[in-house]
Amino acid sequence: MIPELGQFALSLALIAALVQSVLPMLGAARGNALWMRSGQASALAQFVLIAFAFGALMRSYIVSDFTVVNVVDNSHSLKPMLYKVAGTWGNHEGSLLLWVFILAAFGAAVAFFGRNIPEALKARTLSVQAWISVGFVSFMLFTSNPFTRIVPPPLDGNDLNPLLQDVGLAIHPPLLYVGYVGFSIVFSFAVAALIEGRVDPAWARWVRPWTLAAWTSLSAGLGLGSWWAYYELGWGGWWFWDPVENVAFMPWLLGTALLHSAIVTEKRDTFKSWTILLAILTFSLSLLGTFIVRSGLLTSVHAFAVDPERGVYILGLLFLSIGGSLALFAWRAPAMEGGGLFAPISREAGLLINNLLLATATATVLFGTLYPLFLEAITGDKISVGPPFFNAGFIPIMLPLMVVMGVGPFLSWKRADLAGVLSRLKLALALAVIASLVTWYVTTGGPVLAVIAMGVAVWLLVATSQEWIKRVKLFQPGAVARIRRQPRASHGMTLAHLGVALLAMGATASSAWKEDIVVFASPGTQLEVAGFELTFESIERQQGPNYIAQVATLNVTRDGKFVTKLYPERRDYPVAGSSTTESSIRQTLAGDLYASIAEPAAEGAKGKWTLRVLYEPLVNFLWIGTTLLVFGGSLSLSDRRLRVGAPRKSKAAPVGATPAE
Amino acid sequence: MKRLLFALPLLLALIIGGFAIWGLSGGRDPSALPSVLISQPVPQLDLGPVEGVATPGFTTDDLVEMDGIKLLNVFASWCGPCRAEHPNLTRLGAEEGLTLIGVNYKDKPEAAAKWLDELGNPYAAIGSDFSGRAGIDLGISGVPETFIIDAEGVIRHRFAGPVVGDGLRRFMEALDEVRQ
Repeated sequence: MIPELGQFALSLALIAALVQSVLPMLGAARGNALWMRSGQASALAQFVLIAFAFGALMRSYIVSDFTVVNVVDNSHSLKPMLYKVAGTWGNHEGSLLLWVFILAAFGAAVAFFGRNIPEALKARTLSVQAWISVGFVSFMLFTSNPFTRIVPPPLDGNDLNPLLQDVGLAIHPPLLYVGYVGFSIVFSFAVAALIEGRVDPAWARWVRPWTLAAWTSLSAGLGLGSWWAYYELGWGGWWFWDPVENVAFMPWLLGTALLHSAIVTEKRDTFKSWTILLAILTFSLSLLGTFIVRSGLLTSVHAFAVDPERGVYILGLLFLSIGGSLALFAWRAPAMEGGGLFAPISREAGLLINNLLLATATATVLFGTLYPLFLEAITGDKISVGPPFFNAGFIPIMLPLMVVMGVGPFLSWKRADLAGVLSRLKLALALAVIASLVTWYVTTGGPVLAVIAMGVAVWLLVATSQEWIKRVKLFQPGAVARIRRQPRASHGMTLAHLGVALLAMGATASSAWKEDIVVFASPGTQLEVAGFELTFESIERQQGPNYIAQVATLNVTRDGKFVTKLYPERRDYPVAGSSTTESSIRQTLAGDLYASIAEPAAEGAKGKWTLRVLYEPLVNFLWIGTTLLVFGGSLSLSDRRLRVGAPRKSKAAPVGATPAE
Repeated sequence: MKRLLFALPLLLALIIGGFAIWGLSGGRDPSALPSVLISQPVPQLDLGPVEGVATPGFTTDDLVEMDGIKLLNVFASWCGPCRAEHPNLTRLGAEEGLTLIGVNYKDKPEAAAKWLDELGNPYAAIGSDFSGRAGIDLGISGVPETFIIDAEGVIRHRFAGPVVGDGLRRFMEALDEVRQ
């Protein structure tokens, strides 16, 4: 009964979305306040209904209701509870339900929290948001219904793909979705502004917190995703430039550009059509991601339901949403420019360079991702574009970006004194050069670009710290009070920029100076990696809740002294008929020693295991950097000026917050 | 002119959309890895024996003259997956009556000889491809790769990766198809 109620709720949500997509829009055009306000009620209703449907599906997973096809295909009664719950979104239908749930949640959040947004803009935004809802809820009801029953029900389920049974997976898709579906509301704001024909600093101010919220959780989602690949999948790497990774990364890159260009629109009333375009494109890339993952257009390690039928439906939705919004942009945006002038050396100019570089980087990734498709369509050749392309195209764009990032926060609006700023940064420059030289000396060989990248990362780290020290006058009395007084958003920026510097160090070192050895091992095998001596001591069978594990014991010594023992595992899941690698890692700040074992090498080589040992220098800087990035984003989001929900405590209302009716 | 600039994003999106429509149409399998050599005769190869191994080398003409279905296996002693698939290929050769032809790819002769001593040598002929030239002619993307060649000396299937586990099953399917 409950699954039927879930489906019923979903159908009602479609109706609510249909009403919401028309009524508030008409109300805004005719100045009918009642119609405009109906958007808030319908947005909340839609949210409650979809939440109910989502809850109904989750319940079916929790109680292992094997009359529901989706549960049969993706769950098993013996599975730990956490993964039963996570199973809800570990498949095509369920993840789509999560997708529309988050879409509706953002709509409802704007309806509920956006009290200071003018009625007309809010009504139009909610309508646009409902257009997207209509598209995806109908897609789900017509092609991918998660509540379909099965008769007769089987005794037990087919188990969730064991690779997906990990805490990383349990939380990474929801975060990723909050991120890239979250950009939908920014998209809706942009389209609403285009329909209204007006973009002003106030608009940018309302849009920024939503962008920041989406961006922050997308950062967290990407970070967790690559953490998952690194620890769970035993791939020995954290980023593979796989199409599905790329489609989640592109909205992040462009979202970062949007975050910065919205600041310029807010503070200086310029870059308007650019900000609008970025808002549209960021969400368009999210949609493109949804499309690529589910249509089987490109081949990827992230095998999701590959079904061209669904692909055609989503492509239609994409045509309407992306094509429609860009057509609207082509029609309305040319009338919108204007605003403040600025000198070539100024914070605006700095942010312009930031935007150009980020947009170029996004275009590079987009081109690399779609190039196999282009080439196959034109010449029929099948190729895949791998890390060499992306490393060659992407890194040279990131390096100047990081150089500019070091200088940018020092620059003042309108006109800045570059010579003055650079003279302050002598220390950072000196340290960067020293860091490069030390890297050059310590490492034997390795790409020159990596040596430069280490220097640039140090430059950014030092310059960002210097800027913060100068801003809060750290070494003068009363620093603590000044730190408290300063807007949290500015501390957030510092943290995020520091995060980027650490991330760059981790990324560079762990890819350029990684040591990787694969051997056939049996008890007694010895090998040496990055100064560690490893001895394969033994291998044992162990029984897990729904798997059987083979656990190897490796003894690690360095210069003859005991360091640690590593226990890489191989798990076989008999029900799902597949197996996973549980790597064992010795983590230190300097680097990870990482061991994983794979299947016994065929029948002929009984007792032999494929043992892979890696040393990844500074890889933990990646996770620390990402944490800083997310923490910086959250800190900015908690800034009073941006706070969307909290009733304003200060009497002085922010400029431009009065409804412009 | 300015209007055109603002319409540019739309144009680009439509072009990408056009490619996407093409990509979804027709039974296109994006993960298939075809070889231009399918249904083509084996390219002209003339490979000498591996130094220190008694098995002779071969030329394409030798290949064509051999009876029955042949498996042309590109292997190397430095390649882990080759070691994994070796027993399976040996068994296939013995049980299914297939002729195994080896191409020893970019390998040190002494290492290859040791490898064959250790694991057994099921090959009827092994050509040494120290320079990797034959690998280029065969269009391989890595080692191991195994080509199924029919009685007429025509390449019928290309299999990239080790013939183990699920790969073995797929390989057997391909083999059954060739036999029919």
